[in-house]
Amino acid sequence: MMNQKESPHIVGTRTFVFTWIALLLLTSLTIKVAEMQMGRLSMLVNLLIASTKACLVLWVFMHLKYERRIFKLLLIVPIGTITIIIGLTFFDIWYR
Amino acid sequence: MTEINYSKSQKSIDYTGAKFGMWLFLFTEILLFGGMFLLYAVYRQVHTADFHDAAMEMSLFFGSANTVILLTSSLTMALSISAIKRNARVHSMIFQAATVILGLAFLGNKIIEWREHILHGYYPDSPQLLAMSHGKILYFGLYYVMTGIHGIHVLIGITIICFILILTKLDKVSSTDYIKLENTGLFWHLVDIIWIYLFPLFYLIK
Repeated sequence: MMNQKESPHIVGTRTFVFTWIALLLLTSLTIKVAEMQMGRLSMLVNLLIASTKACLVLWVFMHLKYERRIFKLLLIVPIGTITIIIGLTFFDIWYR
Repeated sequence: MTEINYSKSQKSIDYTGAKFGMWLFLFTEILLFGGMFLLYAVYRQVHTADFHDAAMEMSLFFGSANTVILLTSSLTMALSISAIKRNARVHSMIFQAATVILGLAFLGNKIIEWREHILHGYYPDSPQLLAMSHGKILYFGLYYVMTGIHGIHVLIGITIICFILILTKLDKVSSTDYIKLENTGLFWHLVDIIWIYLFPLFYLIK
């Protein structure tokens, strides 16, 4: 039997649609930022926008907001691993 | 002799365990693509100008269209799960079908894009590409491998959703047992997230 104590929480259509609209707006924003061609700043801002979009998908679409805490905590493991790997690699690359 | 009732309600389902397992798999996918993003980051740092030049070959129209397509497909996927939870089986199937159609549209665009690039002589090991600077060769290599592996994931996702769609029709995925659909959704959303990062990295470095 499915454990009904789990989240039978149903996210409303409105929440999903608003999130989708926000994602579309962020997409057009990121295109505008790229057109402004601010060099390195453009890349940084666009990566931040991409991360915001990813967070919206994770939080709402992937239901992470409504999941138990262990799911949110464990996500930090791969994110942290990749961040450290890329970060430490750049400490090497920058000084070659 | 008591009759043994093998009805569906007697099946033991570990809902949280199944979901947990899916998230663990998604973590491995993050590491898989993360490794490729690492390659991209390093080579772009080393060949900044070449990457800018090579990116001129990309079509902002197709990249943006594919981004909108995948974001919308994530919406339809999420709506299909809410629908099955509300026992709106037909609505769920319609949203699943919509997700499949959007996924196919994405792949169609990819085929058009790749065809253009290949016709222009930009494909792995082409004489035209090998004559270009090292940075440009790396850019296109990364482009084909990363969007290619991502495209395979889209195809796998489409296939699985089709399978789940059939299960939904047969009531094997229902309002009391929908974890297969939910896990499929998790996979699909991750594929969307990966594209969310691929888009600015390949299409927005003008």
